[in-house]
Amino acid sequence: MSAIHDDGRLLRWPYPVRYGNEQRVEADVLVLGGGIAGVWAAIAAARCGARVAILEKAATVHAGAGGAGVDHWQWAADNPASRVRPEELAQALVDNQGGYRNGISTYVQCASAYETLEEMERMGGKVRDTADEYRGADFRDEASRLLFAYDYTNRFVIRVWGADYKPLLRKECLRLGVRILDRTAATALLTEDGRHGARVVGATGLNTRTGAFVVVRAKAVILATSRPQRIWTFSTELRGLSTFRPPSDAGNGYAMAWRAGAQFTMMEKSMRSPFGSAYSFPAYGSGNAINTWYPCTIVDATGKEVPWVDGDGRVLHNVAERCRPAPGQRFFIMGGGSSSLPHPGLKQYAGPKPIPDLEERMRRGEFTPPFYADLAAMPELERKVIWGLMVGNEGKTRIPVMQTYAQSGFDPERDMLQTYDFLRGSGMREPVVPQERTFGESGVCGGLLTDWDLMSTLPGLFGAGDLVFGGQDHSHAAATGRYAGARAALFARAHAAAGLDERQLADEKRRVYAPLSVRGARTIDWKELNAGIARVMQNYCSEPKNDELLRLAETWLADLQANEAPLAGADNPHKLMRTLDVADILTCARIIVHACRARRASSAYLHFNRLDYPDVDPPEWHKWITVRQGEHGMETSELPIAFWGGLEDNYRPRHRANLAAMGSGGAAHRRSA
Amino acid sequence: MDESAARGPEVYATPNSTTPGQPVVFDAAVCTGCNICVHVCLEDVFIPHPRKGEPPILLYPEECWYCGPCVSACPHEGAIRLNHPLQQRVRWKRKSTGEHFRV
Repeated sequence: MSAIHDDGRLLRWPYPVRYGNEQRVEADVLVLGGGIAGVWAAIAAARCGARVAILEKAATVHAGAGGAGVDHWQWAADNPASRVRPEELAQALVDNQGGYRNGISTYVQCASAYETLEEMERMGGKVRDTADEYRGADFRDEASRLLFAYDYTNRFVIRVWGADYKPLLRKECLRLGVRILDRTAATALLTEDGRHGARVVGATGLNTRTGAFVVVRAKAVILATSRPQRIWTFSTELRGLSTFRPPSDAGNGYAMAWRAGAQFTMMEKSMRSPFGSAYSFPAYGSGNAINTWYPCTIVDATGKEVPWVDGDGRVLHNVAERCRPAPGQRFFIMGGGSSSLPHPGLKQYAGPKPIPDLEERMRRGEFTPPFYADLAAMPELERKVIWGLMVGNEGKTRIPVMQTYAQSGFDPERDMLQTYDFLRGSGMREPVVPQERTFGESGVCGGLLTDWDLMSTLPGLFGAGDLVFGGQDHSHAAATGRYAGARAALFARAHAAAGLDERQLADEKRRVYAPLSVRGARTIDWKELNAGIARVMQNYCSEPKNDELLRLAETWLADLQANEAPLAGADNPHKLMRTLDVADILTCARIIVHACRARRASSAYLHFNRLDYPDVDPPEWHKWITVRQGEHGMETSELPIAFWGGLEDNYRPRHRANLAAMGSGGAAHRRSA
Repeated sequence: MDESAARGPEVYATPNSTTPGQPVVFDAAVCTGCNICVHVCLEDVFIPHPRKGEPPILLYPEECWYCGPCVSACPHEGAIRLNHPLQQRVRWKRKSTGEHFRV
């Protein structure tokens, strides 16, 4: 039997079909997206005593980019062994991006990542080396038994056993009475009296299996959906397991908030990046020297080791030195010649990495390609922590990398894993097609403008995790989710529920079900529409840019919106969800192009190169460009670079109020001694 | 000579498959058709089999993210395994012998 036929007949859709049927739900706090940020937000709001509901497009138990695991709990400057204070680390992370990073969410992370991790531990997550597997290791703090990564001297990135966290978080949601609606894709925000740009008072959703329509009325809504992927690259045939974010991350939250009139910033930033490239390799699953694999030894085809250098270019002599700051350096951020970032960040925070001129030296005959990651050459505990703890818990490594490679015979004590980053000496992975870019597949990218409550410019709409123009990582999602959950619950306490506007609901229903009525030979599949959008973006919104190219991007995206988007058809609830995803991707692409036109200056930090404005990072453009959809078209505005003011001063009173509310709200919530 | 033999073997007008077409492989002898993998999947690529007890049907294989919860959540070891796309099978070299292997 093939996938679609049984005894010569097409299989019937296996779930009952309920197009248009309405399910109405009431909540104090509604969370859209049940990934890491979403479940943390739901737990925090529930601890504050709020009635909470989550809408999740997939299944909460493992949903989200970090739903299958995490290895680095980043920027936990509040941990007891850290030698860097939260304020200092947050400022360094913001400065390292030239100021273009959400200082609010970054500070929330730096000041409460460890506090959040302790809460994870109380839910049953393993956060420290309780079995003493790494006793005596350079990266272990003997007092707390915490394991650290990167900078072993300053100790603010914690290695954790995160592959089991997500099911524990879901269990805690259920224990606290959070109502989880899985297989329910949020489609639109509902506003007070249906007015554009007004307070957000609920949301709609589509059941992706039955096609039923879900309407939630809430006093506060938290957007915890991820960033739009598939903007420049779309190929279900080629991408396979190479991406760091699930392919279903379609920027639904961006598109919903945009349609409702929320303000966004930094949407002009995209990166030339192999992550998410059509020609990349399994995420975290090929040998390298960065991230999960830091500080792995790289060797050439003859077994010759590639030397490492510190941030000042000084040659390092052993593995231990790869995890220490350079002489006189306060601390370093990451290292490993990390990722594909053309902008290297500030020299004062640069970490150790393999020699940057490896490719030249290979061409001179000093090294012979191909190159390998030589785990076997690493000191025993360093090898075991990379292959076993990091690979095994990070992202999606447990099954696709550790188990699958082991079943094929890979043995980290005997074998050297091919590195595709350094295959022929290039120190960074390069996308095969130079026009391929990503919007935050990795790294800091633009998103929902927030204030110190992580509230957007629409009252009652909060943001957490990936979409608040801050960090891309798991602990950022967790800490900001937890913070936003408490802030939203406090907002809900102070505001009454508002009535829903039936006309707004009817309009959204019409939009959601329209693809079901598309019939005939001109019908377009969602995949082809996605590929068409990606090609416009490759051609007219890649690098370098000028106003004429961007104007054409705007024109051709509007053309797709007018002519092809209405022809995108679906004949079951799953394809309906995918078709709506592509509609959101198209909206996100249009936001990006609009923002690109609005920044009339080049910027290295933003990976933004304008032929018509070639000056790089001129001081008068060192500011945030914000964009929103007004009632009469797109609006552009600006904000000063550090608009958030003092970090600690703004954070402390809110954090205190959050802790007080969470402590009194959840009956079974225990603070550790 | 009967007519069907004269027409040759039965051949059908089938469309091309999407690829990669087999992101996971079931062992029908071990799988009980409990559909836990269907419930945990991030991309909803499976549907339950219409006949109770049989492995789920991989309806949208090209949407798979290869994240693995379908395997880790499976209560029956060996019932389901990941099958990486041919273009992304990673290679390695054994230090002692210089032999090359792949996933």
